[in-house]
Amino acid sequence: MSDGGGQSGEALIRLANVTKVFGGSVAALRGLDLALDEGDFISLLGPSGCGKSTALRLIAGLTHPTSGAIRWRAGTQPDLGVVFQEPTLAPWSTVFSNVWLPLRLRGVSRRAAKAPVEEAIASVGLEGFERAYPRELSGGMKMRVSIARAMVTRPKLMLMDEPFAALDEITRFKLNDDVLALQRQLGCTVIFVTHSVFESVFLSSRIVVMAARPGRVVHDIDNRVEVERNADFRTSHDYVERCHWVSAALRNAMEAA
Amino acid sequence: MSDVIGSRAAPPTAATPEIDLEELARMRRRRLERVAAWVLPALVMAAMLWGWDWMVRAYAIPHYILPGPGRVADTLVTEWPSLAASLMITLKTTFLALSLAILLGGGLAVLFSVSRWAELSFFPYAVILQVTPVIAIAPLIFIYVSDVNLGLFIIEEKLVGLLICAWLVTFFPILSNTTLGLNSADHNLRDLFRIYGASRWQTLWYLQMPAAMPYFLGGLRIAGGLALIGAIVAEFVAGTGGTGSGLAFRILEASYRLQVPKMFAALILIAVTGILIFAATSLISHLVLRRWHESAVRRDR
Repeated sequence: MSDGGGQSGEALIRLANVTKVFGGSVAALRGLDLALDEGDFISLLGPSGCGKSTALRLIAGLTHPTSGAIRWRAGTQPDLGVVFQEPTLAPWSTVFSNVWLPLRLRGVSRRAAKAPVEEAIASVGLEGFERAYPRELSGGMKMRVSIARAMVTRPKLMLMDEPFAALDEITRFKLNDDVLALQRQLGCTVIFVTHSVFESVFLSSRIVVMAARPGRVVHDIDNRVEVERNADFRTSHDYVERCHWVSAALRNAMEAA
Repeated sequence: MSDVIGSRAAPPTAATPEIDLEELARMRRRRLERVAAWVLPALVMAAMLWGWDWMVRAYAIPHYILPGPGRVADTLVTEWPSLAASLMITLKTTFLALSLAILLGGGLAVLFSVSRWAELSFFPYAVILQVTPVIAIAPLIFIYVSDVNLGLFIIEEKLVGLLICAWLVTFFPILSNTTLGLNSADHNLRDLFRIYGASRWQTLWYLQMPAAMPYFLGGLRIAGGLALIGAIVAEFVAGTGGTGSGLAFRILEASYRLQVPKMFAALILIAVTGILIFAATSLISHLVLRRWHESAVRRDR
């Protein structure tokens, strides 16, 4: 098993010996060491309770470590884009206003936001739906709006917390392709929490396998591939073999718990 | 109030010639129901009026005990000048109390959502005010109130008392519903606002207030009716006569004089006012929520 981290200069973000304890007794994470490089697509893979979502919340700054430190290369947290498991749209707002929200909170007027918002909506393939309300959209379309909202600020780092877990497989495959295309377009780093081996192998250049009770890293897998990640890759022998490999690592992680 | 979906969903008729029997039956049933929703209550009303009228005639009941509907209608016309003046007074009290309830109830709810300490400190007292019958507090209120001088104009003592009583029963549904609504904003959306560095004010304005809107409007529909009830109850307690008196006093006055038809006429005005207030608040709620909230969205099936 090769180590995917730390191969190029200083890491974008470094979690040093991070422990997070809830309510004084439940250790969601214990002694987590993780260095994440710029430009990587990193999957955090593990069973429920392994602290992968907690790790994401720590990186987002929504909660703080009980002990240990989170260090950013630039000293401060860069612009973030966040996609949750649910689309998490404001039902009272149109698609346009939902995507406008991150800019609006920074004081960007509707007129000034028009170009970037429409660009983001177009890049997830929802041109013409600007004036629609979330309840008029399908689950997959709502998730696209959520992604458009996350990318409208052109973030350096995209955090995705099991974004496609609630979708059907056909929609999920399509959105997997879209996310890869968007990462290429934005050139951002992605941290992707998932419990799907297949999704993590298809998407990520690095797979961090975590175990539960307490949450910790048990495997760190380099999953860079030479070919393009497309439908051919999904049906290739190489892909199947990698899935085998990661499945074994995940099984191992669950036994370790 | 029809056509909620608007332009987005195509109507099932016209464009689609393929309609099976089941679909046809359902469409017919729906059309029938729409008509019946108006016709059936009207028929019930007609039957009740007829039964009332028949009973009064058949048993020769004197009009100072139970007047027939025709006599009540006549009284409504002949006594209109005095009744209309009183109606305006009651309406003024009702709408002032409702406005105060929206301002103070809503304002207090916002304060509670901003400060948990304020909520913990004051909410129990709001509950106590709500559960104590206003009719039991009203006589005390009328002892202590005096004219309020607002500089531009003076609110006279009696109106102040009426407003306090009506406000006491009106503000709680707005306060409690709005508080619930402000606290029920989606937690992931709250996280998103934090990640984007939203200020307290931005979170309140762009997230909590829209999320609270359906709850607030639900409270408003209850409060509208309660404002009228509060105004009437307060008028009964205040009990002062003269030109500046509301419908409740007209009922009291008519009962002392055994003018039973006038009592009915005033009662009808109060009931109609209540229905109109409910219809108006329902319409406002529908107009505000129709684009996005489940309660106001019509489903095809």
